Amino acid sequence: MITSFPKLLSATVVTLKLLSLSLFFGLFIGLLFAILRLNKNIFINKFAYGYSYVFRGTPLLVQIFIIYFGLGQIEYFRSTFLWVIFKEPYWCAIIAFALNTGAYTSEILRSAFQTIKPGFIEAGKSLGISNKIIFYKIQIPIAIRQSLPAYGNEIILMLKGTSLASTVTLMDLTGVAKYIISTTFKPIEVFIVAGSIYLFMTFVIHNLIKFLEKKYGYS
Amino acid sequence: MELLSFGDTGWGDELFYATLMTIAVSITAMLIGFLFALIFTPLKLSKNKFFNFIGNSYTTVIRGVPELLVIYLFFFGGSGAVMYVASIFGYNEYIEINAFITGSFAIGIISGAYSTEVFRGAIQSIDKGQFEASQVLGLKRFVYFFRVIMPQMLRLAIPNLSNVWQITLKDTSLISVTGLVEIMRQSYIAAGSTRDPLFFYSFAAVLYLLLTFLSMKLINRLEIKYSRGF
Repeated sequence: MITSFPKLLSATVVTLKLLSLSLFFGLFIGLLFAILRLNKNIFINKFAYGYSYVFRGTPLLVQIFIIYFGLGQIEYFRSTFLWVIFKEPYWCAIIAFALNTGAYTSEILRSAFQTIKPGFIEAGKSLGISNKIIFYKIQIPIAIRQSLPAYGNEIILMLKGTSLASTVTLMDLTGVAKYIISTTFKPIEVFIVAGSIYLFMTFVIHNLIKFLEKKYGYS
Repeated sequence: MELLSFGDTGWGDELFYATLMTIAVSITAMLIGFLFALIFTPLKLSKNKFFNFIGNSYTTVIRGVPELLVIYLFFFGGSGAVMYVASIFGYNEYIEINAFITGSFAIGIISGAYSTEVFRGAIQSIDKGQFEASQVLGLKRFVYFFRVIMPQMLRLAIPNLSNVWQITLKDTSLISVTGLVEIMRQSYIAAGSTRDPLFFYSFAAVLYLLLTFLSMKLINRLEIKYSRGF
């Protein structure tokens, strides 16, 4: 139990890297698709809805497998420059996670944008502020405040989602835990150690979001 | 298309049975989850600090630890635990547990944690006056729970339970790591032997989408049924 602890801790770094990179890209994807969802053009609107429906309706495992095992099968795809990225399991996992969390984030942000009172935007317009500045200085800050609690849940779900990286040969916290279990046959001890590390991370994320909610809250 | 034909040449029948297996595991896991929720919801709502602590630790731990880790615990630790219990009763042979049972138990415990939260929320949002009214009417606790609380709680819980069902359905894909032949495992086998992973994993995605779509339709009808009179 004690000897496995340093190994698990160094694997935690991999998990955190996967989490932060996929959240970073996922936030951009989510924002893009949330804006597309609010577009009045029905095709753009339906396209964004279809994206979030497909990625929320299928398991993350399928998405990783399609990207990691599936895309490499296309002959033409292998010859493009994108292959440099897609042949690495690390980047495949991050792309899958980012697309997945992007779909959930777009839903969170969309509902946040929709709950903004029209009065805020009208107030901005009557003051003669341009649409662009209204979007960046009024709509986005309010949307961020509205979506913080739901986004906090999404971060924790994503933290748990990164455990699937172990299925495409990456040695993240779950991957190393599985390796130690299968070599030492001590499932309960390893589960307690690895589980505590995950719980500690969820605890930190939970409190961080609470702190941010207080800081940016209305009261 | 011939890849999906039924019979020896295609994977159609295998994938069909795999889909049935996914549905069977999901339903079993959901029912096991309800069983856990039935035990832990009263604990979470209890005023006793110790019971409260047990209920809260269950939901916190399970919802904070990756599903895959829980599955590995059951997969590698399940037969050991059963053999230990059996050895107390004097049975020392090797026992291997069926992948279906381990898998649905692991997913069931996870789904139970989410169901517990849903039931707790639903019960807490029932008006206190309902309890007082049934006391005034002299209803027995049993009648009070099944005739007053349950119908109202179900109405509030069904929309959130449909989310739990979706999570459970998607989590069953993780059981493929233990070798149970459900959609994901069957696609993995088919992709390996035909060297066509893109097609089979995309087809698996379509199957999951179909399952979530159909179950949502079904749940919507239930929702309408239980919200009669509101």
